[in-house]
Amino acid sequence: MGTFFDKIITLLTSAVAFGTVVMYGSLGEILTEKSGHLNLGVPGIMYMGGIGGLLGSFFYEMYVPSPDPTLCLLIAIGAALVCSVLGGLIYSFLTVTLRANQNVTGLTLTIFGSGLANFFGGSLNKLAGGVGQISVAVTSGAIRATQPLTDNLVKTLSASGSGFVRFLGSVMDVLDRLLFSYGFMVYLALVIAILLSLFMNRTSKGLNLRAVGEDPATADAAGINVTRYKYLSTCIGAAISGLGGLYYVMDYIKGTWANDGSIEALGWLAVALVIFATWKPLRSIWGAYLFGALYWLYNYIPGLSRSSQEIFKMLPYIVTIIVLITVSLRHKREDQPPTSLGMSYFREDR
Amino acid sequence: MEENVKTAAGPERVPAVRMEGITKSFGMKKANINVDLDIYHGEILSLLGENGSGKTTLMNMLSGIYFPDSGSIYVDGKPVSIRSPKDAFDLHIGMIHQHFKLVNVLTAAENVILGLKEGFVLNLKKVRSEVKKICERYGFDVDPDKKVYDMSVSEKQTLEIIKVLYRGADILILDEPTAVLTPQETTRLFEVMRNMKKDGKSIVIITHKLHEVMEISDRVAVLRKGEYVGDIMTDETDPQQLTDMMMGRAVTLNIERSEPKNVRKCLEVSHLSVIDTDGVKKLDDVSFTANGGELLGIAGISGSGQKELLEVIAGLQPAVGGSSVVYTDMDGKTSTLLGRTPMEIKKLGVHLAFVPEDRLGMGLVGNMDIADNMLLRTYQDGGGVFVDMKKSRKLAEEIVQEFDVVTPGISTEVRKLSGGNVQKILVGREIAGNPSLLMSAYAVRGLDINTSYTIYRLMNEQKQRGAAVIYVGEDLDVLLELCDRILVLCAGRVSGIVDGRTATKEQVGLMMTRLSEAEAAK
Repeated sequence: MGTFFDKIITLLTSAVAFGTVVMYGSLGEILTEKSGHLNLGVPGIMYMGGIGGLLGSFFYEMYVPSPDPTLCLLIAIGAALVCSVLGGLIYSFLTVTLRANQNVTGLTLTIFGSGLANFFGGSLNKLAGGVGQISVAVTSGAIRATQPLTDNLVKTLSASGSGFVRFLGSVMDVLDRLLFSYGFMVYLALVIAILLSLFMNRTSKGLNLRAVGEDPATADAAGINVTRYKYLSTCIGAAISGLGGLYYVMDYIKGTWANDGSIEALGWLAVALVIFATWKPLRSIWGAYLFGALYWLYNYIPGLSRSSQEIFKMLPYIVTIIVLITVSLRHKREDQPPTSLGMSYFREDR
Repeated sequence: MEENVKTAAGPERVPAVRMEGITKSFGMKKANINVDLDIYHGEILSLLGENGSGKTTLMNMLSGIYFPDSGSIYVDGKPVSIRSPKDAFDLHIGMIHQHFKLVNVLTAAENVILGLKEGFVLNLKKVRSEVKKICERYGFDVDPDKKVYDMSVSEKQTLEIIKVLYRGADILILDEPTAVLTPQETTRLFEVMRNMKKDGKSIVIITHKLHEVMEISDRVAVLRKGEYVGDIMTDETDPQQLTDMMMGRAVTLNIERSEPKNVRKCLEVSHLSVIDTDGVKKLDDVSFTANGGELLGIAGISGSGQKELLEVIAGLQPAVGGSSVVYTDMDGKTSTLLGRTPMEIKKLGVHLAFVPEDRLGMGLVGNMDIADNMLLRTYQDGGGVFVDMKKSRKLAEEIVQEFDVVTPGISTEVRKLSGGNVQKILVGREIAGNPSLLMSAYAVRGLDINTSYTIYRLMNEQKQRGAAVIYVGEDLDVLLELCDRILVLCAGRVSGIVDGRTATKEQVGLMMTRLSEAEAAK
């Protein structure tokens, strides 16, 4: 019984970790898509954010004898943001200003981002003396640092004699592991999701942004600077997506680099999650955790071979397809993608 | 012509807006050439002109959608530069576009506040009460929390006006506001416009409907082919003079109607009933005959089943059991059309031409050029793997030539053409193969007088050729002048068939709104 319970807790915590990567990607993409731009470059941007953060902290930690954790954090996050915003800028310049095809631009950006990141990632591995030798221990440690609020309390309770108090202690222990065993970026993702939701639904700027994605000609006629909204939401969206790459590199794989394409796979899941969440940031929270749980489910099903594991990894995508089908069947106007998604806008186009 | 035009502007009044020497081109096409226009406080000005004469373009430069290539704009005597819609709002100029600029998934209140800088956090409560105030002042009725996609066309238009008033507009530009309204809604709109005028606002109404010009406006300004012809006080002019100003030459306003010859039975519809996907009965036991060599008009309030009737005949919709649609060809051979697809009907040897109401949705493909659109009718001819591009190009050239289609060439995408030119291409293609049955729905909707008369002439020619022509129309005057017989629909039922030569407008109007006693008793 105990081991089963433990297994569930491990599944849930790994679901949260996995989900956080995807959540960052999808939150950024939701913001971008709300402006009417379908950025399929999310995987590339996550790659760029990840490698940017890694490069920054790698060199800082290499050249400074005793790196300061706070500075490490700032450098990693700053570098990740700069790199991913750069990706967003490339995308918005091509699709907003030059009105290039959004799908082609996005896919190209994914190829570009993954190539760039793997090139530098490979070089870093070489510099560090081999695969797995990269050391950004201080940064990764700072990002992974947990705040076990109840740690001491649990210990005291567990040590006490009374059965009921011991039970209380184990409940606290479970809560602790479920809710407080993560680095701060897990909580930051939740904060961003809530802020985005408030922004889009409760502020006039958010209303303007929604209008731009629905009907840019109308937004334009209402005096909204369509180009500025498109640029800003694409670039800020890219920054949020890029944080997903940073979280993956620093926390999920604990500060190393692997040229195995897993960021790309997560990036596509993020795009799928946007559809799953029907463009609502709050829905993407539980959607992301659900994706994580579904993805890791294969670990907890006995008798799976390596090849049949892969079938289970499809589950998040199958769920997305089911959501697409039900949303299409119900045809609720509020669950549809932004009407002008994927179309470029030119005021004097007739 | 020009020397007959009196200038109405007095030198003593400072115009609210003065446009001077405005020129605007799109690529090679000049939309406005050196146009001067004054708009005064507290007047209703009609901006009159044919389709493509540059009325909307000119007003779009006032509302900040376009920026003029040259020329200057003065507001209350001061030179201004209107670079964006926001600039226009700041100058208290607001435009209600023909295609509504509303976001469908947002509510009325959200649409009103869109783009305004009124604090970071949305304050919809304030908007709601402001909207209510505007409604009370001018006699509107709009629910601020209703989503736009749930609104009727006239509600959307009202919302557009409220939106503009909320932004404090003193100069309102309405682009063909009545094109989408029923006569009752139009009357209500005109009342609102008069209220706004009383309130001291200037109103510009873009239109090509002469009776509206005469009814609502104080002054008329006329554009022709992008150039300013002149202005005239409404009470000093008449429709004939305005038509001449619009056309640049005298045009007769009579529709030619020939006597039907060699009338033969062509299409027999009996007991036709249609139920739509929501289970609503759209057509109820409709029976009539359409004859070759005769023009059959169909009158009715919009949505009385006209669309369904034509689509059933064309093989686009199913009918309820017991219905029958039988076609008789020249040799007297009969075949049933019901239950067959358009392709099967074509293979039967029935040459059926259909000009649907939705030109760019059902009739033509907007993103394809004129020549490729010709192929839509003929791509399966010849039978080979390859399509015959040469033939379609030739046909396209002929249609452009024959109907005076204004286009840079036959490789121009259809959506880039104006409404009238789109319709000419569609009608041209449909009658190209000498159809034996020609059906058209609202063929002149949104078209200017000149193009409308071309369409009437073409319908008449097809009738003289021996085709059975079915013409669904909304303008009763035209129906009575053009058609040999008129079938009147009321809520999906036939309320009667009258002779186009003897029936009166009142009679048909009455039949449109209620079934005749005998019919109702059934």
